[in-house]
Amino acid sequence: MNEEEHATDSIQYVTVVIGGQLFGLPISKVHDVFMPESITRVPQSESEIAGVLNLRGRIVTAIDMRTLLGVESSEEDASRMAVGIDYKGESYGFIIDRVGEVLNLSNDSKESNPSNLDRRWTNISAGVHRLDGELMVILDVERVLGDLMSRLAA
Amino acid sequence: MDDLLQEFLTETSESLDVVDVELVRFEQEPNNAEILDNIFRLVHTIKGTCGFLGLPRLESLAHAAETLMGKYRDGKDVTEEGVSLILQSIDRLKAILMELEQNDGVEPEGSDSDLIDGLNKISLGEEAVAAGAAAKAEKEKDDAPIVVQTLERELLPGEVSLEDLEKAFQEAEFEGFPEDEDGNVEAEAKAEEPVAEAPKPEPVKKAPPKKPAAKADDAAAGDGKQSVSNQSLRVNVDTLEDLMTMVSELVLTRNQLLEIVRRHEDSEFKVPLQRLSNVTGELQEGVMKTRMQPIGNAWQKLPRIVRDLANELDKDIDLRMLGAETELDRQVLDMIKDPLTHMVRNSADHGLETKADRLAAGKPEKGVVTLSAYHEGGHIIIEIQDDGRGLNIEKIKDKIVSNGLATESELEAMPESQIQKFIFHAGLSTAEKVTSVSGRGVGMDVVRNNIELIGGTVDVKSTTGKGSTFTIKIPLTLAIVSALIVEAAGDRFAIPQLSVVELVQAESNSEHRIEHIKDTPVLRLRNKLLPLVPLSKMLGIRNENISPEEEEVRPEDAGFIVVMQVGQQSFGVVVDGVFHTEEIVVKPMSSALRNINMFSGNTILGDGSVIMIVDPNGVANGVSSGMADELNAMEETAHVASINDDPTTSLLLFRAGNDVPKAVPLSLVTRLEEVAVTEIETSNDRQLVQYRGALMPLVHMTEDYKPREEGSQPMLVFSDAGRSMGLLVDEIVDIVDDNLQIEVSTEELGLLGSAVIKGKATEIIDIGHYLPMAFDDWFTHRDDDAQQTRRRLLYVDSSEFFQNMLTPVMRAANFSVTVASSVEDALEILDNKDIFYDVVVADVEMRGENGFDLAKMINDRPVYGHPTMIAISSVCTPTLVARCRENKFEDFVAKFDRPGLISALKESTSEQELAA
Repeated sequence: MNEEEHATDSIQYVTVVIGGQLFGLPISKVHDVFMPESITRVPQSESEIAGVLNLRGRIVTAIDMRTLLGVESSEEDASRMAVGIDYKGESYGFIIDRVGEVLNLSNDSKESNPSNLDRRWTNISAGVHRLDGELMVILDVERVLGDLMSRLAA
Repeated sequence: MDDLLQEFLTETSESLDVVDVELVRFEQEPNNAEILDNIFRLVHTIKGTCGFLGLPRLESLAHAAETLMGKYRDGKDVTEEGVSLILQSIDRLKAILMELEQNDGVEPEGSDSDLIDGLNKISLGEEAVAAGAAAKAEKEKDDAPIVVQTLERELLPGEVSLEDLEKAFQEAEFEGFPEDEDGNVEAEAKAEEPVAEAPKPEPVKKAPPKKPAAKADDAAAGDGKQSVSNQSLRVNVDTLEDLMTMVSELVLTRNQLLEIVRRHEDSEFKVPLQRLSNVTGELQEGVMKTRMQPIGNAWQKLPRIVRDLANELDKDIDLRMLGAETELDRQVLDMIKDPLTHMVRNSADHGLETKADRLAAGKPEKGVVTLSAYHEGGHIIIEIQDDGRGLNIEKIKDKIVSNGLATESELEAMPESQIQKFIFHAGLSTAEKVTSVSGRGVGMDVVRNNIELIGGTVDVKSTTGKGSTFTIKIPLTLAIVSALIVEAAGDRFAIPQLSVVELVQAESNSEHRIEHIKDTPVLRLRNKLLPLVPLSKMLGIRNENISPEEEEVRPEDAGFIVVMQVGQQSFGVVVDGVFHTEEIVVKPMSSALRNINMFSGNTILGDGSVIMIVDPNGVANGVSSGMADELNAMEETAHVASINDDPTTSLLLFRAGNDVPKAVPLSLVTRLEEVAVTEIETSNDRQLVQYRGALMPLVHMTEDYKPREEGSQPMLVFSDAGRSMGLLVDEIVDIVDDNLQIEVSTEELGLLGSAVIKGKATEIIDIGHYLPMAFDDWFTHRDDDAQQTRRRLLYVDSSEFFQNMLTPVMRAANFSVTVASSVEDALEILDNKDIFYDVVVADVEMRGENGFDLAKMINDRPVYGHPTMIAISSVCTPTLVARCRENKFEDFVAKFDRPGLISALKESTSEQELAA
């Protein structure tokens, strides 16, 4: 059963901050959260690919979410974190600025993307949650990676 | 699809492959009852299963084929037409099976009456009408009271009614054997009355006197097969793949642990980790073995293909297959199947002349295509050899010129062997006629591409009028490769060792320096120009820690050059540093990176970091597209001169102590390292260095050798059976491929002699001398044996290299050693009646006659005084060990296992003493 599609249920999100904006990833998609260490850069790769790293014996392709979303951040590079994602049997790591708390959000507060949102963002967002004093953009993992792959194939 | 059907499909296609091979054999030996029995049994099983699963189309076709084979079994004359028809039926069966698989178990529509009719016509011959009538008559009689059981359908030709069966069964009980009038009785009886299997009609007509013997043989063969099948187990390939992945992970983790322990002195983990390390190694080997399959599996279809081809082209072709039991990784096997098939077809079609041409050339009418496979190092070598007309050099030249691959003047300068290699270029077919099998000029380059895809190489040697030999060299497994770790722009990369020819260190103002034509860097290497490309430039990276200004300052004409060869192309890749070689586990890149063609994968190194694996093909493409035309021309000529037909040995050249260059075969060197002088410790008057988590002794070239006092010192690391030693040298000069011919032998300790390498007199180092210096216990037993008389040992090995390496070891074990390069030589030496040999050490993997053949002869001839025999081999497989035991070898030792050899020799001595 796909939790996201279940209209009445609430979904747990892992919240992350990228370039000052709060994002939420469905907790079911998040494999682990780790500090990205000793990333090996990959020559000739797409600009949003930060490189490859070794996470407990697995090779993880790290994606710099700042570059992907086209945002700047004043936060220190050294303290950045990564969210581990499994996609079609491969391991990816989304490099983000900070990891926040896990929120249990009911689908009632969810809205679709505002029509005037940056194209880059609408491509990868599954909607927006209205939180107290803040908006949380839902990061659709499949679309982030699917979008990247289709650009590679083009 | 249900499991049963799945199983059926797998088994049936396997059986059909066997039938293919056996039928071709059968056609050549129509009197071989064993082959026929085997075919008959297989087809019969297929038919039976089809009936059981309700596949009428397959069943009726298999039945018709079986009937004809039944006739042959009963002594009907075997005709080519008949066999062809059966083969066609087998093909049809395969086609139906294929569709069956795609359609999820539903038989395709269609009729096989064309084949069935043909088969029936041959099997029934003139009796056809009569038999048909008889069958009808039987049917009419169905209601008669005598008939106990009825069949609910009309009998197929060749089938027997149940009453006949009953009758035959009863006769069988009385007589033991039924009369041979109706051989089909047995066929049907087998299917429907298992008890009736006992009276197996032998093809009495063919060889009556031999019958009992043949039967015994059959039984023996049968038993053998039985036991083999009982010992094996079908395992899903996915399970093995998973296992392999897990083991690869384990290897990586082990490497990481070793790296960590290396950093901590005197860690208590050291010993258990060493044990873990060994177990992991063995596990890895074991799992790799499960993936190994005999190459014969890829050859199965070839006899059939060659037979059809021979018919089509009206040639007489003998396909010989040697070393079919040679094993290689399943994945690799799959990938070479098609190229191999193509090459064998090529040899049969283009290589071999027509019968008339052969006779005119004074050759036997029957052409021979020999396919052989054997192991060499971590590679498998496959040769496809024909005794045909050889490549037509003139025609190739014409094609080269007309395709604009080279100019006539360039061709003038090329040796023939180089020109022959052009057949691997696209669009170059020298066949005059385009036949249905080959000649379209797309073959050999596709073959080359496929082989290179799996990290292999292909080469050709041809003599006009004598034939051609194609040699394919491929790695045993794809999962683990040996790679050279290099640095470019601050990052490390792995370059697969297979495409690395040599390493050159370029320095300003030296013989090897990087020169520029316009802005293109080139290197003078042995009087040729080698196009160069900096790895960092090719990958489009620069070192972020170095400012552009600093980069300017860096000398342009210095650096390490990795000379690579990919197919026809030689080029040098300039890197900032070369670290070491490492066995790496290739992991596929994620799909987000797969668009980059410069890399073939990535891996985790021992220190835990991820590293990209450079794809030599990608770099080669980058080199040629990025290079000016003038360079391409140069590269061709550069390549021309680098081809050398003599067998060469890779030698590592270095200097130590004095100015005389020294060399050691590269294959003996495990690693090249730099050791910081401060890291060298002295303990117990010996110099030691911590290396890979263990203390490694260091030795000097000569006693008066002065190591450096500061900075770092290069050393050669030699490993042998888990022990390593470092030999300190002043400078590593080069790695060259040269013809190692020791011209001046010497009495000087530590030297095998002198040879001319790169035009200079070079001393060849005897590693056997230095190993005991590192380990006191190395030859300690030498003293015990010193009093005894020297015992005679005959050492048979075709490899000069191993002769050089192992002879001193045997001498040191107090044997008087006589060396023979072939079994022939060995027998000649043994035939000398005055001298008896106590021990024979023989290589069991020589080409041609090997140690096994020698052992057989020694066992057969008591005149030789039954010497103790020790088998040596560069690989150690259970099959080999078993064969050694069969051939009464006392011991089996791997060539690199020096302590093993010494203890085997020692044991032989003590055993013989006991006997005496």
